[in-house]
Amino acid sequence: MAKITIPLGPQHPALKEPENFMLVLDGEQICDATVNLGYNHRGIEKAAENRNYIQDIYLLERICGICSHSHVSCYIGCVEEIAKVEVPQRAKAIRTLVAELERIHSHLLWLGVAAYEMGFETMFMYTWRDREQVLDCLEMLSGNRVHYGINTLGGVRRDINAQQAKEIIKKINYLEERTKYYVNLATEEPTVLARTQNVGKLPYKVALERNALGPTARASGVKMDVRKQEPYFIYDKLDFEMITYDSEDVFGRVVVRVLELVESYKIIKQVLSALPEGAISVKVPWKIPAGESVFRYEAPRGEDIHYVKSNGSEIPERVKVRAPTLSNFQSIPYMLKGDYLADVPITIAAIDPCMSCTDRAVVYDAKNGKTRTFDWEELRKYSIEFYKKKGVNFSTK
Amino acid sequence: MKRKPMRILPEALKQLFKKPATSKYPFEKAKLYAGYRARINFEVEKCIGCKMCMRVCPSKAIEIIPAENQPQPQIGPDGKPMPVKKIFNCIMNLDRCIYCAQCVEICPKKALAYTQDFELAQIEKKKLRLHYKN
Ligand code: SF4
Ligand code: SF4
Repeated sequence: MAKITIPLGPQHPALKEPENFMLVLDGEQICDATVNLGYNHRGIEKAAENRNYIQDIYLLERICGICSHSHVSCYIGCVEEIAKVEVPQRAKAIRTLVAELERIHSHLLWLGVAAYEMGFETMFMYTWRDREQVLDCLEMLSGNRVHYGINTLGGVRRDINAQQAKEIIKKINYLEERTKYYVNLATEEPTVLARTQNVGKLPYKVALERNALGPTARASGVKMDVRKQEPYFIYDKLDFEMITYDSEDVFGRVVVRVLELVESYKIIKQVLSALPEGAISVKVPWKIPAGESVFRYEAPRGEDIHYVKSNGSEIPERVKVRAPTLSNFQSIPYMLKGDYLADVPITIAAIDPCMSCTDRAVVYDAKNGKTRTFDWEELRKYSIEFYKKKGVNFSTK
Repeated sequence: MKRKPMRILPEALKQLFKKPATSKYPFEKAKLYAGYRARINFEVEKCIGCKMCMRVCPSKAIEIIPAENQPQPQIGPDGKPMPVKKIFNCIMNLDRCIYCAQCVEICPKKALAYTQDFELAQIEKKKLRLHYKN
Protein backbone atom coordinates (compact mmCIF):
# COMPACT_ATOMS: atom_id res chain seq x y z
CA MET A 1 0.00 0.00 0.00
CA ALA A 2 1.25 3.48 -0.79
CA LYS A 3 2.43 5.55 2.11
CA ILE A 4 0.38 8.63 2.82
CA THR A 5 1.65 11.79 4.44
CA ILE A 6 -0.77 13.72 6.61
CA PRO A 7 0.07 17.20 7.78
CA LEU A 8 -1.56 17.82 11.17
CA GLY A 9 -1.55 21.51 11.82
CA PRO A 10 -0.17 24.20 11.86
CA GLN A 11 -3.42 25.72 13.08
CA HIS A 12 -3.17 23.12 15.74
CA PRO A 13 -3.85 22.90 19.46
CA ALA A 14 -0.82 21.69 21.36
CA LEU A 15 1.56 24.09 23.05
CA LYS A 16 0.93 27.78 23.25
CA GLU A 17 2.00 27.99 19.65
CA PRO A 18 0.22 26.02 16.96
CA GLU A 19 2.56 23.51 15.39
CA ASN A 20 2.57 21.06 12.57
CA PHE A 21 2.95 17.28 12.56
CA MET A 22 3.78 15.46 9.38
CA LEU A 23 2.53 11.92 9.83
CA VAL A 24 3.61 9.25 7.35
CA LEU A 25 0.97 6.55 7.28
CA ASP A 26 1.12 3.02 6.06
CA GLY A 27 -2.55 2.18 5.98
CA GLU A 28 -3.76 2.98 9.48
CA GLN A 29 -0.36 2.75 11.05
CA ILE A 30 2.04 5.65 11.59
CA CYS A 31 5.50 4.83 10.37
CA ASP A 32 7.06 8.25 10.79
CA ALA A 33 6.26 11.60 12.33
CA THR A 34 8.00 14.96 12.44
CA VAL A 35 7.17 18.08 14.42
CA ASN A 36 7.50 21.59 12.99
CA LEU A 37 7.22 24.51 15.36
CA GLY A 38 7.19 28.28 15.14
CA TYR A 39 3.81 29.24 13.71
CA ASN A 40 2.69 31.44 16.52
CA HIS A 41 5.64 33.54 17.52
CA ARG A 42 4.25 36.26 19.76
CA GLY A 43 7.48 38.02 20.58
CA ILE A 44 6.82 37.91 24.31
CA GLU A 45 10.51 37.76 25.21
CA LYS A 46 11.25 40.84 23.12
CA ALA A 47 8.25 42.63 24.57
CA ALA A 48 9.55 41.83 28.05
CA GLU A 49 12.76 43.66 27.21
CA ASN A 50 10.75 46.82 26.57
CA ARG A 51 8.80 46.90 29.80
CA ASN A 52 9.82 47.42 33.37
CA TYR A 53 10.02 44.62 35.91
CA ILE A 54 6.52 45.21 37.26
CA GLN A 55 4.87 45.34 33.86
CA ASP A 56 6.66 42.13 32.91
CA ILE A 57 4.89 40.27 35.70
CA TYR A 58 1.59 40.72 33.93
CA LEU A 59 3.04 40.19 30.49
CA LEU A 60 4.68 36.89 31.39
CA GLU A 61 1.60 35.77 33.26
CA ARG A 62 -0.09 35.73 29.89
CA ILE A 63 2.31 33.27 28.29
CA CYS A 64 -0.20 30.63 29.25
CA GLY A 65 -3.66 30.75 30.71
CA ILE A 66 -3.29 27.51 32.61
CA CYS A 67 0.21 27.85 34.06
CA SER A 68 -0.01 31.58 34.63
CA HIS A 69 1.25 31.34 38.21
CA SER A 70 4.11 29.06 37.14
CA HIS A 71 5.59 31.48 34.63
CA VAL A 72 5.31 34.47 36.93
CA SER A 73 6.78 32.64 39.92
CA CYS A 74 9.64 31.47 37.78
CA TYR A 75 10.38 34.98 36.49
CA ILE A 76 9.99 36.55 39.90
CA GLY A 77 12.29 33.92 41.37
CA CYS A 78 15.00 35.11 38.97
CA VAL A 79 14.48 38.80 39.70
CA GLU A 80 14.40 38.28 43.45
CA GLU A 81 17.60 36.31 43.27
CA ILE A 82 19.36 39.05 41.33
CA ALA A 83 18.05 41.75 43.66
CA LYS A 84 18.96 39.57 46.68
CA VAL A 85 15.53 39.97 48.21
CA GLU A 86 14.52 37.74 51.09
CA VAL A 87 10.85 36.90 50.54
CA PRO A 88 8.83 36.55 53.78
CA GLN A 89 7.82 33.01 54.73
CA ARG A 90 4.14 33.82 54.62
CA ALA A 91 4.44 35.01 51.03
CA LYS A 92 6.25 31.82 50.11
CA ALA A 93 3.50 29.76 51.72
CA ILE A 94 0.80 31.63 49.79
CA ARG A 95 2.73 31.16 46.55
CA THR A 96 2.93 27.44 47.26
CA LEU A 97 -0.78 27.34 47.97
CA VAL A 98 -1.66 29.03 44.69
CA ALA A 99 0.84 26.86 42.80
CA GLU A 100 -0.82 23.69 44.05
CA LEU A 101 -4.32 25.00 43.38
CA GLU A 102 -3.11 25.70 39.88
CA ARG A 103 -1.76 22.17 39.54
CA ILE A 104 -5.13 20.77 40.62
CA HIS A 105 -6.99 22.89 38.14
CA SER A 106 -4.59 21.99 35.35
CA HIS A 107 -4.66 18.25 36.06
CA LEU A 108 -8.45 18.15 36.39
CA LEU A 109 -8.68 20.03 33.11
CA TRP A 110 -6.32 17.54 31.53
CA LEU A 111 -8.26 14.58 32.86
CA GLY A 112 -11.36 16.01 31.23
CA VAL A 113 -9.60 16.66 27.94
CA ALA A 114 -8.11 13.16 27.88
CA ALA A 115 -11.52 11.64 28.59
CA TYR A 116 -13.01 13.76 25.85
CA GLU A 117 -10.39 12.68 23.31
CA MET A 118 -11.20 9.08 24.19
CA GLY A 119 -14.90 9.73 23.68
CA PHE A 120 -15.67 9.34 27.38
CA GLU A 121 -17.71 12.50 27.62
CA THR A 122 -19.44 11.76 30.90
CA MET A 123 -16.15 11.86 32.72
CA PHE A 124 -15.19 15.03 30.88
CA MET A 125 -18.32 16.74 32.20
CA TYR A 126 -17.76 15.61 35.78
CA THR A 127 -14.10 16.60 35.98
CA TRP A 128 -14.76 20.01 34.52
CA ARG A 129 -17.65 20.59 36.87
CA ASP A 130 -15.42 19.76 39.84
CA ARG A 131 -12.66 21.94 38.49
CA GLU A 132 -14.94 24.92 39.10
CA GLN A 133 -14.33 24.43 42.83
CA VAL A 134 -10.62 25.12 42.40
CA LEU A 135 -11.28 28.09 40.17
CA ASP A 136 -13.57 29.45 42.89
CA CYS A 137 -10.75 29.05 45.42
CA LEU A 138 -8.40 30.94 43.14
CA GLU A 139 -10.90 33.71 42.51
CA MET A 140 -11.53 34.07 46.22
CA LEU A 141 -7.82 34.23 47.00
CA SER A 142 -6.58 36.38 44.18
CA GLY A 143 -9.48 38.21 42.55
CA ASN A 144 -9.43 36.36 39.26
CA ARG A 145 -10.13 32.88 37.98
CA VAL A 146 -7.39 32.58 35.42
CA HIS A 147 -4.73 35.27 35.59
CA TYR A 148 -4.52 35.45 39.36
CA GLY A 149 -1.90 38.18 39.62
CA ILE A 150 -1.14 37.08 43.16
CA ASN A 151 2.62 37.45 42.77
CA THR A 152 4.53 40.66 42.98
CA LEU A 153 8.22 41.38 43.31
CA GLY A 154 9.15 40.64 46.91
CA GLY A 155 6.08 38.68 47.90
CA VAL A 156 2.40 38.35 47.18
CA ARG A 157 -0.27 40.98 46.71
CA ARG A 158 -3.05 39.55 48.84
CA ASP A 159 -3.16 37.94 52.22
CA ILE A 160 -5.34 35.03 53.14
CA ASN A 161 -7.70 35.17 56.11
CA ALA A 162 -9.02 32.43 58.35
CA GLN A 163 -12.40 32.32 56.67
CA GLN A 164 -10.88 31.88 53.22
CA ALA A 165 -8.68 29.11 54.55
CA LYS A 166 -11.73 27.36 55.94
CA GLU A 167 -13.57 27.65 52.64
CA ILE A 168 -10.59 26.27 50.72
CA ILE A 169 -10.35 23.28 53.06
CA LYS A 170 -14.04 22.63 52.54
CA LYS A 171 -13.66 22.62 48.78
CA ILE A 172 -10.51 20.51 48.92
CA ASN A 173 -12.31 17.92 51.06
CA TYR A 174 -15.02 17.70 48.43
CA LEU A 175 -12.45 17.34 45.66
CA GLU A 176 -10.60 14.68 47.61
CA GLU A 177 -13.76 12.63 47.74
CA ARG A 178 -14.33 13.08 44.03
CA THR A 179 -10.76 12.28 43.14
CA LYS A 180 -11.00 8.92 44.90
CA TYR A 181 -13.76 8.14 42.47
CA TYR A 182 -11.72 9.35 39.49
CA VAL A 183 -8.76 7.24 40.53
CA ASN A 184 -10.99 4.18 40.45
CA LEU A 185 -12.65 5.24 37.26
CA ALA A 186 -9.43 5.95 35.41
CA THR A 187 -7.62 2.83 36.52
CA GLU A 188 -10.31 0.18 36.49
CA GLU A 189 -12.76 1.08 33.76
CA PRO A 190 -12.08 -1.42 30.94
CA THR A 191 -12.82 1.09 28.21
CA VAL A 192 -10.26 3.57 29.55
CA LEU A 193 -7.70 0.79 29.81
CA ALA A 194 -8.40 -0.30 26.24
CA ARG A 195 -7.80 3.20 24.93
CA THR A 196 -4.71 4.03 26.97
CA GLN A 197 -2.73 0.88 27.69
CA ASN A 198 0.21 0.32 25.37
CA VAL A 199 -0.62 3.51 23.48
CA GLY A 200 2.05 6.17 23.00
CA LYS A 201 4.85 4.09 24.48
CA LEU A 202 7.84 6.05 25.78
CA PRO A 203 10.46 3.79 27.36
CA TYR A 204 12.55 5.06 30.27
CA LYS A 205 15.71 5.40 28.20
CA VAL A 206 14.00 7.30 25.40
CA ALA A 207 12.30 9.60 27.88
CA LEU A 208 15.72 10.54 29.24
CA GLU A 209 17.25 10.84 25.79
CA ARG A 210 14.48 13.07 24.49
CA ASN A 211 14.31 15.09 27.67
CA ALA A 212 10.71 14.39 28.57
CA LEU A 213 9.51 16.36 31.59
CA GLY A 214 6.89 16.39 34.27
CA PRO A 215 4.13 13.79 34.31
CA THR A 216 5.19 12.55 30.85
CA ALA A 217 8.63 11.59 32.18
CA ARG A 218 7.37 10.37 35.54
CA ALA A 219 4.98 7.98 33.78
CA SER A 220 8.06 6.43 32.18
CA GLY A 221 9.62 5.89 35.58
CA VAL A 222 11.97 8.90 35.43
CA LYS A 223 12.33 10.34 38.91
CA MET A 224 12.34 14.05 38.23
CA ASP A 225 10.40 16.75 40.00
CA VAL A 226 11.95 20.14 40.71
CA ARG A 227 9.91 20.37 43.89
CA LYS A 228 11.97 17.47 45.23
CA GLN A 229 15.28 17.95 43.46
CA GLU A 230 15.75 21.66 43.99
CA PRO A 231 12.99 22.76 46.36
CA TYR A 232 11.81 26.33 46.02
CA PHE A 233 9.18 28.23 48.07
CA ILE A 234 8.48 26.01 51.08
CA TYR A 235 8.45 22.63 49.37
CA ASP A 236 11.43 21.42 51.40
CA LYS A 237 9.31 21.67 54.56
CA LEU A 238 6.34 19.78 53.16
CA ASP A 239 5.66 16.10 53.24
CA PHE A 240 4.59 14.77 49.85
CA GLU A 241 5.55 12.03 47.45
CA MET A 242 6.94 12.15 43.97
CA ILE A 243 4.54 10.05 41.90
CA THR A 244 6.11 7.83 39.27
CA TYR A 245 4.72 4.95 37.29
CA ASP A 246 6.47 2.52 35.04
CA SER A 247 3.93 1.50 32.43
CA GLU A 248 5.54 4.01 30.01
CA ASP A 249 2.28 4.62 28.12
CA VAL A 250 -0.71 6.97 28.11
CA PHE A 251 -2.27 4.96 30.92
CA GLY A 252 0.75 5.74 33.11
CA ARG A 253 0.34 9.44 32.38
CA VAL A 254 -3.29 9.26 33.52
CA VAL A 255 -2.28 7.47 36.72
CA VAL A 256 0.53 9.91 37.51
CA ARG A 257 -1.73 12.90 37.10
CA VAL A 258 -4.63 11.61 39.17
CA LEU A 259 -2.29 10.54 41.97
CA GLU A 260 -0.56 13.93 41.84
CA LEU A 261 -3.95 15.47 42.52
CA VAL A 262 -4.05 13.57 45.80
CA GLU A 263 -0.56 14.83 46.68
CA SER A 264 -1.58 18.40 45.91
CA TYR A 265 -4.52 18.12 48.32
CA LYS A 266 -2.10 16.93 50.95
CA ILE A 267 0.23 19.86 50.32
CA ILE A 268 -2.58 22.42 50.48
CA LYS A 269 -3.78 21.07 53.82
CA GLN A 270 -0.27 21.20 55.23
CA VAL A 271 0.29 24.75 54.02
CA LEU A 272 -3.00 25.96 55.44
CA SER A 273 -2.53 24.25 58.79
CA ALA A 274 0.88 25.82 59.35
CA LEU A 275 0.65 29.21 57.69
CA PRO A 276 3.59 31.31 58.96
CA GLU A 277 2.73 34.70 60.44
CA GLY A 278 4.27 37.93 59.29
CA ALA A 279 4.41 40.30 56.35
CA ILE A 280 3.33 39.19 52.89
CA SER A 281 5.81 41.24 50.90
CA VAL A 282 8.95 43.30 51.13
CA LYS A 283 9.86 46.30 49.06
CA VAL A 284 11.94 45.74 45.95
CA PRO A 285 13.66 48.73 44.34
CA TRP A 286 12.60 49.93 40.89
CA LYS A 287 16.03 49.39 39.48
CA ILE A 288 17.38 45.89 39.75
CA PRO A 289 21.17 45.65 40.09
CA ALA A 290 23.10 44.11 37.21
CA GLY A 291 23.25 40.34 37.22
CA GLU A 292 21.73 37.20 35.81
CA SER A 293 19.82 34.27 37.16
CA VAL A 294 18.08 31.04 36.21
CA PHE A 295 15.10 29.63 38.04
CA ARG A 296 13.63 26.15 37.76
CA TYR A 297 9.99 25.57 38.61
CA GLU A 298 7.78 22.52 38.46
CA ALA A 299 4.78 23.63 36.42
CA PRO A 300 1.82 21.25 36.01
CA ARG A 301 3.26 20.14 32.67
CA GLY A 302 6.86 19.79 33.78
CA GLU A 303 9.92 21.83 34.48
CA ASP A 304 9.67 25.48 33.49
CA ILE A 305 12.91 27.47 33.21
CA HIS A 306 13.30 31.24 33.10
CA TYR A 307 16.50 33.19 32.63
CA VAL A 308 16.67 36.90 33.42
CA LYS A 309 19.59 39.22 32.83
CA SER A 310 19.52 42.69 34.29
CA ASN A 311 21.73 45.67 33.61
CA GLY A 312 20.99 47.90 36.56
CA SER A 313 18.08 49.72 34.98
CA GLU A 314 14.35 49.27 35.56
CA ILE A 315 14.02 47.19 32.38
CA PRO A 316 15.43 43.67 32.05
CA GLU A 317 18.04 43.21 29.37
CA ARG A 318 17.02 39.68 28.53
CA VAL A 319 14.22 37.34 29.54
CA LYS A 320 14.30 33.80 28.24
CA VAL A 321 11.50 31.32 28.77
CA ARG A 322 11.74 27.57 28.27
CA ALA A 323 8.24 26.17 28.65
CA PRO A 324 7.88 22.46 29.45
CA THR A 325 5.81 21.57 26.41
CA LEU A 326 8.68 22.48 24.10
CA SER A 327 10.78 19.82 25.73
CA ASN A 328 7.99 17.27 25.74
CA PHE A 329 7.49 17.71 22.03
CA GLN A 330 10.69 15.86 21.29
CA SER A 331 9.06 12.68 22.52
CA ILE A 332 5.91 12.89 20.41
CA PRO A 333 7.33 11.51 17.14
CA TYR A 334 8.69 8.54 19.04
CA MET A 335 5.39 7.92 20.83
CA LEU A 336 3.41 8.10 17.60
CA LYS A 337 5.56 5.69 15.63
CA GLY A 338 3.91 2.31 15.27
CA ASP A 339 0.59 3.49 16.67
CA TYR A 340 -2.63 3.90 14.74
CA LEU A 341 -3.91 7.17 13.32
CA ALA A 342 -6.82 6.80 15.73
CA ASP A 343 -4.43 7.08 18.68
CA VAL A 344 -2.99 10.43 17.57
CA PRO A 345 -5.43 12.66 19.51
CA ILE A 346 -4.98 10.89 22.83
CA THR A 347 -1.21 10.55 22.42
CA ILE A 348 -0.73 14.23 21.70
CA ALA A 349 -3.20 15.12 24.44
CA ALA A 350 -1.25 12.95 26.87
CA ILE A 351 1.66 15.36 27.08
CA ASP A 352 -0.94 17.96 28.01
CA PRO A 353 -0.50 20.67 25.41
CA CYS A 354 -3.10 23.43 25.18
CA MET A 355 -5.98 22.10 23.12
CA SER A 356 -7.34 25.52 22.37
CA CYS A 357 -7.83 25.86 18.65
CA THR A 358 -9.55 23.46 16.30
CA ASP A 359 -7.06 21.89 14.00
CA ARG A 360 -7.21 20.97 10.38
CA ALA A 361 -5.39 18.10 8.78
CA VAL A 362 -5.13 17.20 5.10
CA VAL A 363 -5.01 13.58 4.09
CA TYR A 364 -3.05 13.33 0.89
CA ASP A 365 -3.22 10.13 -1.04
CA ALA A 366 0.06 9.90 -2.95
CA LYS A 367 -1.30 7.28 -5.33
CA ASN A 368 -4.07 9.24 -6.95
CA GLY A 369 -3.12 12.70 -5.75
CA LYS A 370 -6.45 13.31 -3.96
CA THR A 371 -6.61 15.34 -0.79
CA ARG A 372 -9.09 15.20 2.03
CA THR A 373 -9.39 17.53 4.95
CA PHE A 374 -9.75 16.34 8.50
CA ASP A 375 -10.34 18.80 11.26
CA TRP A 376 -9.62 17.94 14.87
CA GLU A 377 -13.26 17.14 15.54
CA GLU A 378 -13.43 14.76 12.59
CA LEU A 379 -10.21 13.08 13.57
CA ARG A 380 -11.57 12.62 17.06
CA LYS A 381 -14.82 11.15 15.70
CA TYR A 382 -12.82 8.93 13.42
CA SER A 383 -10.81 7.62 16.35
CA ILE A 384 -13.95 6.91 18.36
CA GLU A 385 -15.53 5.06 15.43
CA PHE A 386 -12.29 3.16 14.82
CA TYR A 387 -12.34 1.85 18.36
CA LYS A 388 -16.07 1.17 18.32
CA LYS A 389 -15.45 -1.31 15.53
CA LYS A 390 -12.93 -2.97 17.81
CA GLY A 391 -15.49 -3.19 20.58
CA VAL A 392 -14.30 -0.27 22.72
CA ASN A 393 -17.40 1.77 23.19
CA PHE A 394 -18.12 4.36 25.85
CA SER A 395 -21.60 5.24 24.74
CA THR A 396 -23.16 2.03 26.00
CA LYS A 397 -21.72 2.40 29.48
CA MET B 1 -5.05 -4.79 36.79
CA LYS B 2 -8.56 -5.01 38.25
CA ARG B 3 -11.27 -4.31 35.79
CA LYS B 4 -14.62 -2.99 36.89
CA PRO B 5 -16.93 -2.05 34.06
CA MET B 6 -19.94 0.25 34.31
CA ARG B 7 -18.53 2.36 37.14
CA ILE B 8 -19.88 5.50 35.58
CA LEU B 9 -23.49 4.27 35.45
CA PRO B 10 -24.54 4.68 39.12
CA GLU B 11 -22.83 8.06 39.19
CA ALA B 12 -24.60 9.19 36.02
CA LEU B 13 -27.96 8.04 37.38
CA LYS B 14 -27.35 9.88 40.63
CA GLN B 15 -26.61 13.09 38.74
CA LEU B 16 -29.98 12.88 37.01
CA PHE B 17 -31.68 13.85 40.23
CA LYS B 18 -29.33 16.67 41.12
CA LYS B 19 -29.54 20.34 40.37
CA PRO B 20 -27.63 21.35 37.21
CA ALA B 21 -24.15 22.62 38.03
CA THR B 22 -24.24 25.31 35.36
CA SER B 23 -24.90 28.80 36.66
CA LYS B 24 -27.82 30.57 35.03
CA TYR B 25 -25.92 33.74 34.20
CA PRO B 26 -27.06 36.12 32.58
CA PHE B 27 -30.56 35.25 33.79
CA GLU B 28 -29.33 35.21 37.34
CA LYS B 29 -26.78 37.53 38.85
CA ALA B 30 -23.28 36.13 38.75
CA LYS B 31 -21.77 35.34 42.12
CA LEU B 32 -18.53 37.21 42.67
CA TYR B 33 -16.08 36.99 45.52
CA ALA B 34 -15.39 40.15 47.47
CA GLY B 35 -11.95 40.81 46.02
CA TYR B 36 -12.88 40.38 42.37
CA ARG B 37 -11.08 42.91 40.18
CA ALA B 38 -13.16 44.69 37.57
CA ARG B 39 -13.56 48.30 36.34
CA ILE B 40 -11.08 50.69 37.89
CA ASN B 41 -12.61 53.78 39.44
CA PHE B 42 -10.87 57.14 39.70
CA GLU B 43 -11.44 60.00 42.12
CA VAL B 44 -10.39 63.37 40.75
CA GLU B 45 -10.07 65.04 44.15
CA LYS B 46 -7.43 62.63 45.39
CA CYS B 47 -5.11 62.45 42.40
CA ILE B 48 -1.89 64.45 42.56
CA GLY B 49 -0.76 63.66 39.03
CA CYS B 50 2.35 61.66 39.91
CA LYS B 51 1.63 59.32 37.00
CA MET B 52 2.94 56.26 38.81
CA CYS B 53 -0.13 54.40 37.60
CA MET B 54 0.82 55.08 33.98
CA ARG B 55 4.32 53.88 34.67
CA VAL B 56 3.28 50.47 35.95
CA CYS B 57 0.30 49.79 33.72
CA PRO B 58 1.30 46.78 31.62
CA SER B 59 -1.10 47.55 28.79
CA LYS B 60 -0.97 51.36 28.63
CA ALA B 61 -4.66 51.50 29.47
CA ILE B 62 -4.59 54.43 31.85
CA GLU B 63 -3.78 58.02 31.04
CA ILE B 64 -3.57 60.92 33.48
CA ILE B 65 -4.07 64.33 31.87
CA PRO B 66 -4.39 67.82 33.30
CA ALA B 67 -8.05 68.81 33.60
CA GLU B 68 -9.43 71.43 31.25
CA ASN B 69 -10.94 73.65 33.88
CA GLN B 70 -8.29 74.33 36.44
CA PRO B 71 -9.12 76.43 39.51
CA GLN B 72 -8.28 80.11 39.21
CA PRO B 73 -5.25 81.20 41.19
CA GLN B 74 -6.32 83.05 44.34
CA ILE B 75 -4.55 86.05 45.72
CA GLY B 76 -3.66 85.47 49.34
CA PRO B 77 -3.92 88.04 52.15
CA ASP B 78 -0.29 88.98 51.62
CA GLY B 79 -0.93 89.92 48.00
CA LYS B 80 0.94 86.96 46.56
CA PRO B 81 -0.81 84.19 44.59
CA MET B 82 -1.59 81.21 46.80
CA PRO B 83 -0.47 77.78 45.59
CA VAL B 84 -3.37 75.88 44.06
CA LYS B 85 -3.66 72.17 43.62
CA LYS B 86 -3.66 71.27 39.98
CA ILE B 87 -6.50 69.00 38.92
CA PHE B 88 -6.02 65.86 36.88
CA ASN B 89 -8.40 63.75 34.86
CA CYS B 90 -8.10 60.14 33.98
CA ILE B 91 -8.76 58.38 30.73
CA MET B 92 -9.34 54.69 31.12
CA ASN B 93 -9.32 52.53 28.02
CA LEU B 94 -11.42 49.57 29.02
CA ASP B 95 -10.52 47.68 25.87
CA ARG B 96 -6.86 47.74 26.83
CA CYS B 97 -7.16 47.24 30.56
CA ILE B 98 -6.42 43.74 31.77
CA TYR B 99 -7.86 44.42 35.26
CA CYS B 100 -4.68 43.56 37.07
CA ALA B 101 -5.19 46.44 39.53
CA GLN B 102 -1.47 47.17 39.67
CA CYS B 103 -2.33 50.87 39.25
CA VAL B 104 -4.56 50.68 42.33
CA GLU B 105 -1.75 49.20 44.34
CA ILE B 106 0.89 51.72 43.32
CA CYS B 107 -1.24 54.88 43.71
CA PRO B 108 0.13 56.81 46.70
CA LYS B 109 -3.11 58.74 47.24
CA LYS B 110 -5.61 55.91 46.78
CA ALA B 111 -7.22 57.80 43.93
CA LEU B 112 -7.81 54.56 42.09
CA ALA B 113 -9.90 51.64 43.28
CA TYR B 114 -11.24 48.51 41.68
CA THR B 115 -14.95 47.89 41.57
CA GLN B 116 -17.02 44.76 41.02
CA ASP B 117 -18.48 46.21 37.87
CA PHE B 118 -17.59 43.55 35.33
CA GLU B 119 -20.30 43.77 32.67
CA LEU B 120 -18.39 46.16 30.46
CA ALA B 121 -19.04 44.90 26.94
CA GLN B 122 -20.06 47.59 24.47
CA ILE B 123 -21.10 47.60 20.86
CA GLU B 124 -19.56 50.98 20.15
CA LYS B 125 -15.85 51.14 20.64
CA LYS B 126 -15.74 54.73 21.80
CA LYS B 127 -17.86 53.87 24.81
CA LEU B 128 -14.95 51.82 26.07
CA ARG B 129 -12.97 54.99 26.58
CA LEU B 130 -13.99 56.34 29.94
CA HIS B 131 -13.13 59.88 30.82
CA TYR B 132 -13.23 60.49 34.57
CA LYS B 133 -13.38 64.24 35.06
CA ASN B 134 -14.20 66.83 37.61
S1 SF4 C 1 -0.82 57.04 40.79
FE1 SF4 C 1 -2.66 57.86 41.77
S2 SF4 C 1 -2.10 59.95 42.34
FE2 SF4 C 1 -0.56 59.26 40.89
S3 SF4 C 1 -1.33 59.96 38.89
FE3 SF4 C 1 -2.07 57.89 39.16
S4 SF4 C 1 -4.09 58.13 40.08
FE4 SF4 C 1 -3.04 60.08 40.32
S1 SF4 D 1 -5.88 47.54 36.06
FE1 SF4 D 1 -3.89 47.04 35.17
S2 SF4 D 1 -4.20 47.24 32.98
FE2 SF4 D 1 -5.93 48.26 33.94
S3 SF4 D 1 -5.30 50.40 34.06
FE3 SF4 D 1 -4.70 49.45 36.01
S4 SF4 D 1 -2.59 48.79 35.70
FE4 SF4 D 1 -3.45 49.22 33.67
